[in-house]
Amino acid sequence: MKISKPATIIPPSGIRVFFDLVLGMKDVISLGVGEPDFVTPWNIREAAIYSLEEGYTSYTSNKGMLELRQELSKYLRHKYKILYDHEEEMLITVGVSEALDLALRATIDKGDKVLIPEPSYVSYGPNVIMCGGRPVFIRAYPDNGFRITARDIDRHCDRKTKGIIFNYPSNPTGTSYSRPELGRIARSIERHNLTVFSDEIYCELTYSGTHTPFPNLPRMKERTIYLNGFSKAHAMTGWRVGYACAPKHVIYAMTKIHQYTMMCVPIMSQMAAREALRNGERSVQAMKREYRRRREFVIQRLNEIGLPCHKPEGAFYAFPSIKGTGMSSMEFAKRLLEEERVAVVPGTAFGPTGEGYVRISYASAMDNLKEALERMEKFLKRRGA
Amino acid sequence: MDEILEILEGDARTTPEEIARMLKRSVSAVKSSIKKLEKDGIVLKYKTIINKELVRDDHSDVRALIEVRVTPKKNVGFDYIADRIYQFPEVSSCYLMSGTYDLLVVVEGKDIHTVSNFVAEKLSPMENVRGTVTHFILKKYKEDGDILRQPKKDKRQAISL
Repeated sequence: MKISKPATIIPPSGIRVFFDLVLGMKDVISLGVGEPDFVTPWNIREAAIYSLEEGYTSYTSNKGMLELRQELSKYLRHKYKILYDHEEEMLITVGVSEALDLALRATIDKGDKVLIPEPSYVSYGPNVIMCGGRPVFIRAYPDNGFRITARDIDRHCDRKTKGIIFNYPSNPTGTSYSRPELGRIARSIERHNLTVFSDEIYCELTYSGTHTPFPNLPRMKERTIYLNGFSKAHAMTGWRVGYACAPKHVIYAMTKIHQYTMMCVPIMSQMAAREALRNGERSVQAMKREYRRRREFVIQRLNEIGLPCHKPEGAFYAFPSIKGTGMSSMEFAKRLLEEERVAVVPGTAFGPTGEGYVRISYASAMDNLKEALERMEKFLKRRGA
Repeated sequence: MDEILEILEGDARTTPEEIARMLKRSVSAVKSSIKKLEKDGIVLKYKTIINKELVRDDHSDVRALIEVRVTPKKNVGFDYIADRIYQFPEVSSCYLMSGTYDLLVVVEGKDIHTVSNFVAEKLSPMENVRGTVTHFILKKYKEDGDILRQPKKDKRQAISL
């Protein structure tokens, strides 16, 4: 059977071989996991179980349950002062993954260019290609804490550039942006008349400074598609619930695509999400405190053992440099796995700028982190680093 | 609650060096904070939580919750009576309660008779004790925030992006 052009060009995950290596090995401490180590809080699981007992097994409105959207609207207003109407400016999706896909499909035409700061989350490039667009990567260099600037945007824009996928705090670097930095970026975005796909899935996990949602910047709401979800903050990755908020006509277009492809998010997941919004804050804060401690611990240990690491503002990733070892990212990850049974993700999985770096996830119990860092220290000492 | 307390409550083996890293403070500052907590009696001692359900044998203790109704004593209230009760080594916990009884006393003994004897011979005859109701514990599921079973294995995939 013939395979379509976009499906042919999108690369398979570049480090599949490495993954298979990890999966085939026993007693590995994995710092390669991109999801919380906490199980979804019990009140949320219980709400979903109860909804099943009560027989909630049907479709819901395409946009998502009304009550969930109402709660969400209230939550965004109270917590972040983001104002979106639950009727016309909001869509519940199967994770941010679907939300981003819909957003791109609803706004990007064949040949349109979309900017992506890199290192970036792995799906962004392929997502753009799948809807006929062309990803243009902006290298975010370590000397600026893996941030891009307004100047970077100016340099990469031409007449065909229509949008930018922005992710902060970032997977894989943990980097976030202050309000003034975002303000300058916003002005550049306005100059070039870009649509912003703002993936803020890690926003609740911001430890330094406060998170500024992109739509809250002056004149940005009308050009922003705000993407968020429950996976990271509420430890709900497997439930697959996210959402998009955007101007009415954009949500209208996205809802059409969603209605013909996904119909709606599974009702039990929506029930769980509703409970997360109503009674989830305490658990979110407890998990956040724990992550923050781990961040301090991991960053300090990495710097001590000779892997220089900038301090990430958020998410649960550290992105240390391994350049001092003289190895490539992939070589480092492979040897560390083989010799010490610690799994990390080579930085190159997130784009070429990740060469010389590895991603370390601290979504892992403190005991694991302590042990893993000791093993890494041994690994480096053997090499006289 | 103090973050040092929160960390130690979760894992008493966490070293001052590790706490210092987690909270971004100096080791000496953490050490002196812990010393102070100990001196002030806020940190009383460091214990191990044992899942006794798994080490049960013929010599295992039985436990009972005993509701005690008392007549408070003039000028000293309930504290005086509580003090007389909790000094017994058989008493593992003792609380003053609101509601239909006054003191909740947790008693441990090597068998049912030991506990009954304690209630019959020590507790009930006390002056000011008006009555007791004894409940024996059959099985423990969760104690002080810890679920008494093997921790579940990590169900996540070893690597995800």
